Amino acid sequence: MIDFVNQYLIPALVLGSIYALGAIGVSMIYAILRFAHFAHGDLMATGAYIGLLVVWVLDATPLAELSVNVRLLIGLPLAFAGTAAVAILIDRLFYKPFRRAKSMIVVVIASFGVALMLRSLVQLFFGVDVINYADGIQFPLKMFQPLRILERHIYIVVVAIALMLVLHYFLTRTRTGKAMRAMSDDADLARVSGINTERVVIWTWILGGGLVAVAGVFLGMDTRLVPTMGWDMLLAVFAAAILGGLGQPYGAIAGGLIIGAMEELSTYPWIGDGPLVPPDYKTAVAFAVMVLMLIFRPQGLFRGRVL
Amino acid sequence: MLEAKGMIGGYGGADILKGVDVAVNAGEIVAIIGPNGAGKSTAMKAVFGLVRLRQGQVLFRGEDIGRCEPDELVRKGMAYVPQERSIFPSLTVHENLEMGAFIRRDDFSHVIEQVYTLFPPLRDKRRQQAGELSGGQRQMVAFGRALMTEPALLLLDEPTAGLSPVYMREIFERVIAVNETGVGILMVEQNARQALRVAHRGYVLATGENIFTDTGEALLANPEVAESFLGGHGGQAGRSGAGA
Amino acid sequence: MEIYGLFLFAVGFLTMAMIYAVASLGVNINWGFTGLFNVGVAGFFAVGAYSSAVLTAPESVHHIGGFGLPVPVGILAAMVLAALVAWPVGKICLRLRSDYLAIATIGIAEILRLTFRNYQPLGGGPFGVNNIPRPFESLPTPWDQIAFLLLVVAIVGVILFLVQRAWTAPWGRVLRAIRENEDAAEAAGKDVEKFRLQAFILGSALMGLFGALMAHYVKIISPEGTEPLLVTFLPWVMLIVGGAGNNRGAVVGAILVWGLWTMTELLTGRLPDDWALRVGYLRIFLIGLLLQVVLQKFPGGLLPERPPTVPRD
Repeated sequence: MIDFVNQYLIPALVLGSIYALGAIGVSMIYAILRFAHFAHGDLMATGAYIGLLVVWVLDATPLAELSVNVRLLIGLPLAFAGTAAVAILIDRLFYKPFRRAKSMIVVVIASFGVALMLRSLVQLFFGVDVINYADGIQFPLKMFQPLRILERHIYIVVVAIALMLVLHYFLTRTRTGKAMRAMSDDADLARVSGINTERVVIWTWILGGGLVAVAGVFLGMDTRLVPTMGWDMLLAVFAAAILGGLGQPYGAIAGGLIIGAMEELSTYPWIGDGPLVPPDYKTAVAFAVMVLMLIFRPQGLFRGRVL
Repeated sequence: MLEAKGMIGGYGGADILKGVDVAVNAGEIVAIIGPNGAGKSTAMKAVFGLVRLRQGQVLFRGEDIGRCEPDELVRKGMAYVPQERSIFPSLTVHENLEMGAFIRRDDFSHVIEQVYTLFPPLRDKRRQQAGELSGGQRQMVAFGRALMTEPALLLLDEPTAGLSPVYMREIFERVIAVNETGVGILMVEQNARQALRVAHRGYVLATGENIFTDTGEALLANPEVAESFLGGHGGQAGRSGAGA
Repeated sequence: MEIYGLFLFAVGFLTMAMIYAVASLGVNINWGFTGLFNVGVAGFFAVGAYSSAVLTAPESVHHIGGFGLPVPVGILAAMVLAALVAWPVGKICLRLRSDYLAIATIGIAEILRLTFRNYQPLGGGPFGVNNIPRPFESLPTPWDQIAFLLLVVAIVGVILFLVQRAWTAPWGRVLRAIRENEDAAEAAGKDVEKFRLQAFILGSALMGLFGALMAHYVKIISPEGTEPLLVTFLPWVMLIVGGAGNNRGAVVGAILVWGLWTMTELLTGRLPDDWALRVGYLRIFLIGLLLQVVLQKFPGGLLPERPPTVPRD
């Protein structure tokens, strides 16, 4: 039982939190801008590498004494802000020209290009090799024995929950957050109501880009950094957003946790001795869930939009 | 207050408007009526900058607003209620009204109070999602949302479309009540006879052109208008509330 | 000598450009003709490349094989298998709107690549398939290269001829109608789903052919060779630069973009090794930027789509 929790449930929660932070952005961008943002994974990588820069810079200061996890927590706001700024810039340059276009598919094509441009910049500046935020093995915290909970697991889950609460407050209590929900309900009506839709769009990128950057730093914390890390996450993040119902930020959170759990739990030896799904094929689980959803319930669990 | 002259344009294909004039004086209720496809809604959208005109001019309080974005027009004192999808369904009634006041940075709680006074059913449902309301109540939300900026000119695109006669009468009564506070109203209406009873003046459009322009009463009395555009003789729906 | 080197280089360049033109034409049948947003080229490429490779390559300890079948059989099988994979994918996904099709095709491609990478018996796993025969390789240089180029040119020529006929035929007209207004096409009594499926399968078969030709040309196929950047993205950029909906545009785009790709490689090749590798990624950036510029400034591409002229009476 403890083994099950340690080897499957805890990783599932961690991975699910990371997916959820990514899926929120995909979901909101779809609802407000009406297109599937395929560069979202690479924004995640951008955030992760900004985190790396922060770790490096802090290495040269007295703060180098701090553990790498704490240095990364310091870096989170910077990764959030930096990636949000990158996202806004990308939107201005490459997506905004098509804002009033009849078919948004051209923006999807543009976002493919952006995905590769972002990745190539990461490769240019950081090379293609796998990088770790810090060398060495982290040990489970003693106080939770026999549960194997690492310090980073606590940070990841706690910060993810905190960010989701902030998001909830933003969407339901602030003028801009409500305008964001209004625009995702009906962009045309929002426009004729006098809502400054371009400002809502900027906020969408701030939240979407910022949250996915945090997801990227967490993914790097939990695994390692490699320029394709974002692209490799894209499918799972989309699966989570679709599962939750596009345009439903809370649905995206649930979808992220479910997809994370399904991927991890699929490797448990449910039948016989070997893993049910070999770990190498874990990604296929997210995809299978997504295809089943597309066939049987395209609106998602939480009644989102159908593309 | 509003003066649109010689509007020619459409959605990119053939022109739908082939030279339409529409004007609203301060404090007036003006109705645009006409058969389907006459360009009524298009004319209203053109006034609100949602249809790009090839030719013609739209003046609001003497200022050319032909190139203005909707949010600028709202700031200048116009408000627009589209025919369909006129509410934010997943937002509560209260939030819908708040969104109507998006451009306002001052305290607008008294305006919300006025809207609840004008549409009492909304007060009880203010915490409900607008999408759960009945058709008539949704229309009240839409109407109320547009009033939040305290506009000088309100554009209503078929405010009674699809409503039961009871709600239709209710909405027309509110149109009059709002107008009595000094708000100019331009409405496109399919229920032509009732609309003309409420309106001070009316425009009859057909195939993208003005056919008749007169006071509401005169148009109702005009046998040609009655024959072609009011469905012959007939006096369903009483005059109650139509005090204009 | 210098000239001879240049000549060989040109032959190699044109061969690659023509192989890419096959992919670009396939994308055109999907996107240009029918508006299907298939971004799973890498998956169909992999199916084509691996099946032709396994069927024709000599025996190896790393994977099933040793069939030693003739290359034309392998190539034909590649197209058929790619089409067979496309059929269920299309059946399931074509009902969905374009964004979903994109996600689904990316997913299929990733899973196929995952399978080829991890399941060694199928395609040698990380080792890939080596020693794939190349037609005419027994000829003395440069004739082997020239002959192969001529073969690829002939293939592109035949495809171009057929696809152009399809474009002007009633079949192409229906596809365009579906692309422009699905509901209207449906109302006109066209079995929209059937036509879209046909276009999807046909395009995918060409992507399989693309894989097979590439495998035979470079003589090796491994998981790295199915990188979506190279096999999905480039053909897409080629089509959009050349002009979506225009078959000749697809070919011209392939030559131009491959030219750009190769030229930048020549430039970066002169840098020190470490930097050459890194600056190499700038080319990807530039190709991405080229795509953005074309999308915004030349939405029709260099050779914009022209509806076939219908003879009037």
